[in-house]
Amino acid sequence: MKVIELNKKATAANDRDAEELRRKLQARDVLLINLMSAAGSGKTTLISRTIRDLEGKASIGVMEADLASEVDAEAIEALGARSIQVHTGGCCHMDASMTRQSLEAFGAESGSIVFLENVGNLICPAEFDTGAHLKVMILSLPEGDDKPLKYPLMFAESDALIITKMDAAPYFDFDLEAAKRRALALNPSIKIFPVSAKTGEGMGEWEEWLMSRKKELMRKH
Amino acid sequence: MHEMGIIINLAETLDDTAREEGLTNIARVTLQVGEVSGIMTDLFEDCWNYFKKKHPVLSESRLVLETIPAVTYCSSCEKTYETVKYGRECPYCHSGETWLVQGNECVIKEIEAE
Ligand SMILES: Nc1nc2c(ncn2[C@@H]2O[C@H](COP(=O)(O)OP(=O)(O)OP(=O)(O)O)[C@@H](O)[C@H]2O)c(=O)[nH]1
Ligand SMILES: [Mg+2]
Ligand SMILES: [Zn+2]
Repeated sequence: MKVIELNKKATAANDRDAEELRRKLQARDVLLINLMSAAGSGKTTLISRTIRDLEGKASIGVMEADLASEVDAEAIEALGARSIQVHTGGCCHMDASMTRQSLEAFGAESGSIVFLENVGNLICPAEFDTGAHLKVMILSLPEGDDKPLKYPLMFAESDALIITKMDAAPYFDFDLEAAKRRALALNPSIKIFPVSAKTGEGMGEWEEWLMSRKKELMRKH
Repeated sequence: MHEMGIIINLAETLDDTAREEGLTNIARVTLQVGEVSGIMTDLFEDCWNYFKKKHPVLSESRLVLETIPAVTYCSSCEKTYETVKYGRECPYCHSGETWLVQGNECVIKEIEAE
C-alpha cells in the first residue's frame, strides 16, 4: 500500500466528460447554453421570447430539466420549437453525462442553439459543468439585489447575467446599480443584460450577444 | 439529492485515477469537505457505502472526511473572517458586502492504494 496525494476535485470525472461533450458539439456547430436561476425567475419565459424574436435567424432547441413535471416543454412546443423534457430523478442539478444522454435522445440539429434549462436553484447547478459552451444565469427583480452576496459561486461562474422582470421595477426596491456592482466584483468579465421578457425591453442586446457568441463558436474550427 | 451527484462523480474520478496509476485496490480515500459546502456527512457516507460496491477498486475502501473551514471576505474593509462564527455581516466594520472565499469545496486530498 502506498499513499498517493491527489488534490483533485471530487467531480474531476465530470469535468472531463464536460470537456469532451463541448468539443463534440462544437464540431457540429451546436452552441449549448446552460441557463440557470432560482425557481420561477423566468427561464422558460426568457427562452420563449428569445425563440420568437430570433425566428428565421437561428434554429433553437430546448432541453427542460425538471425534477418531475412536463409543463415547461409543453410551453416551448406551443411556439413550434423543438424541445425535450428531462427528468433528473430527484437530482438537484444536471451534470455532463446526464446532459450528453439528453442530447442523444433530443438529437440536436447541426448549427443550432440549444438551451439547457437547468433545475431551478442557485447552488448545485453552479458546481457541475454540463458541457455547455456558455453559462447564463437569470436574476429576477423580486429576488433582491443581494443575491450575488448569498450565492457567489453562481455569479463567479456565469458568462452572462440576465436581470429580468425589469417591467416590475416600480413595485420593488431592487437596486440595479448595486446588483451590477456586486456581480462585477465577483466576476469582472460577466456580461449584464437588464431585460423584461414581458415587454421585450433590453432583449435586443441579449439576443445580439447570443448571436455573436454563436458566430464566434463557428469561427473556431 | 446533492450528495448522490457528488458521490457518483467521486467514484468515477477514482476509477479514472486507478486506471491512470495502475491501481487495483483503493483502501482509503481522504476527502476534504468545505464547512459550508452543504454536504451532510451522514448521508454522504451512506451514499458512499452504497455506490462503492459498484466499483471493484473501491469496494473495500474507507472514506475519511476532513473539514475545510469556511472563510468570508469583506469587500468594504478587505479583511477575512470565520464564516460560521459571524455569518454574513463583517465583525470588523459591520458591512454586509461580504462573500465566501473558502469552505464550499470537495477535494480528494489523498488515497491509500496498491
Ligand atoms: N412581469 C414579468 N413577469 C415575468 C417575466 N418573466 C417571467 N415572468 C413571470 O414569472 C413567472 C415564472 O416564469 P417562468 O418563465 O415559468 O420561470 P422559470 O424560471 O422557468 O420557472 P421554473 O422552471 O419553475 O423554475 C411566470 O408567471 C412568468 O409570467 C418578466 O420579464 N416580467
Ligand atoms: Mg421553467
Ligand atoms: Zn469589513
